[in-house]
Amino acid sequence: MSRTLFEKIWDEHVVADADGRALLYVDLHLVHEVTSPQAFDGLRAAGRAVRRPDLTVATMDHNVPTTDGPITDPLARDQLAALRRNCDEFGVRLFDTGSGREGIVHVIGPELGLTQPGLTIVCGDSHTSTHGAFGALAFGVGTSEVEHVLATQTLPQAKPRTMRVEFSGELPFGLTAKDMVLAAIGQIGVSGGVGHVVEYAGPPVEALSMEGRLTICNMSIEAGARAGLIAPDDTTFAYLEGRPAAPHGTAWEKALDRWRDLRSDPGAAYDAAVDVDVDRLKPQVTWGTNPGMVTSIDGVVPDPADFDDADQRAAVERALRYMDLAPGTPLVDVRIDKVFIGSCTNARIEDLRAAARVVEGRRVADGVHAIVVPGSARVKAQAEDEGLREVFESAGFEWRRAGCSMCLGMNPDVLRPGERCASTSNRNFEGRQGAGGRTHLVSPAMAAAAAVSGRFADVRELA
Amino acid sequence: MKALPRVEGRVAVLDRADVDTDQIIPKQFLKRIERTGYGEFLFFDWMKDPAFELRRPEAAGASILIAGRNFGCGSSREHAAWALEDYGFRAVLAPSFGDIFRSNAIKVGVAPVALPAADLARLRIAVADRNELVVDLESLEVRHPDGLAFAFELDPYDQETLVQGLDDIARTLRHAEAIDAFESQHPARFDARALA
Repeated sequence: MSRTLFEKIWDEHVVADADGRALLYVDLHLVHEVTSPQAFDGLRAAGRAVRRPDLTVATMDHNVPTTDGPITDPLARDQLAALRRNCDEFGVRLFDTGSGREGIVHVIGPELGLTQPGLTIVCGDSHTSTHGAFGALAFGVGTSEVEHVLATQTLPQAKPRTMRVEFSGELPFGLTAKDMVLAAIGQIGVSGGVGHVVEYAGPPVEALSMEGRLTICNMSIEAGARAGLIAPDDTTFAYLEGRPAAPHGTAWEKALDRWRDLRSDPGAAYDAAVDVDVDRLKPQVTWGTNPGMVTSIDGVVPDPADFDDADQRAAVERALRYMDLAPGTPLVDVRIDKVFIGSCTNARIEDLRAAARVVEGRRVADGVHAIVVPGSARVKAQAEDEGLREVFESAGFEWRRAGCSMCLGMNPDVLRPGERCASTSNRNFEGRQGAGGRTHLVSPAMAAAAAVSGRFADVRELA
Repeated sequence: MKALPRVEGRVAVLDRADVDTDQIIPKQFLKRIERTGYGEFLFFDWMKDPAFELRRPEAAGASILIAGRNFGCGSSREHAAWALEDYGFRAVLAPSFGDIFRSNAIKVGVAPVALPAADLARLRIAVADRNELVVDLESLEVRHPDGLAFAFELDPYDQETLVQGLDDIARTLRHAEAIDAFESQHPARFDARALA
């Protein structure tokens, strides 16, 4: 019988039937400081060990400062100290701040070659869906589940449904994976993917680099989906070859044989299907308080009266009030205060290159505060080698150290009340980047265009 | 976790869609390393508004929350479920839930009850008149004292977890031999401890 890529990975990881649930084996468990302390406490209280420290990797990302100097927030410091203590006590490998390998958990997994096709991957973070770009089944879990995986290396799971998102056409000049996924979420809605694992397919996806594919899978959760998947191919294998945790020598050849079978069979059935044509896609900008509230850069802020559904109308009214936007306002007339280029969505080397191309030879507009936060220490070092730091700094951007930073503002990088931000991150929820802050999600190139223009601008006209 | 065969009590209504976990518990409270004490920060920013639904007199002392579709979307933070539980909620009724929130809620002993929007609309009217409700996790039924009743679905695994207050890890460890056997046939692809 024809199976989808998801079903192949799922079937290979079912350990047992556990009271009607599939007990699913976890091949890689990524851990960070925010969602793990209570899980380690739980292990200690029950006298349990970490079952597979060899399959567990920890890093510090959510609340680390991105400026130089010691951490000043005592709560953040205690939380980082707790992770160090826990990793030490339970024998878990930690990529500590300053190790040169630290970074956002969803950036360092692929970078280290830990994220591999066909694996099951979990992390106490909803953006774990990112790793699906390699054809791995990767999903976010809560702290109780973190504890469960630490103790048993398994999770009892109900089998999710499947959705195929088929991209067609040719991605126009100046458009990116971020625009593709924002358009897809606009179409699916923020709850359309609930209970589903989404497989992204089609020529525009195959044409993407791994960085682009990671951006797409990253935002699966913003459509409500459990996970996102892209079948591995030569682009995937070329990215992986030679990375520290990737197979080497004859093991590499064997792995390639296995990985080449990891694609959905012709005729495999999905529970839902969505088509997204990218031929006429334009750069996307969100105007509201969830990622589905999105339109093209040449569009206007919508009028609540145009929405038939009463729930939706109320949500739009509420969002516009929070965002302080009037219906009918052209997005290119919306001025910004801050620019954030970073996050597990868009802080990889290719993202920084795309932003730097727009910034080069230009200046950050007066009154705009713009920061670049590389996704990892490695990305930062590579960008510096390529001269990108200089491009950003001479344009007036601040160049920071790696971390989650202003994506969720757990560290000192936050919006003040009323500030408006062009952000390459993944969530424009109320207060996400700081209480009262207003977030507009865009691609790195569009964030750069906004930075130099002082308002949202069509990057295609700046190129 | 405490057994939760039924929830009986007052109801608070938060009638808006796509309430994300950033609203339920904002990020500044995720730096704590404890599992308890999050209730006072529930809906921290929204609570500042005197007109916020949960500050209305009729919402006082509620143990059941009626919410909109896709409740608990977004971040995986279990702190959201901890905050609801610590505040006093034992059940949330909504047309749908964010997947991770839903599973976190069950682990924490807050029953996520999915009911069609039309049923919830009738329940909202009923509790506006008389603020009492029973959520029966054994019979899988929501009942209002004036006679309104709706059946809901919960898969047997989740039902058992809630009703009996089971420890999920102990439950999984009953399959320890199967895990051992699986691992012997499923080689590790790397050793994270040996990474340079």
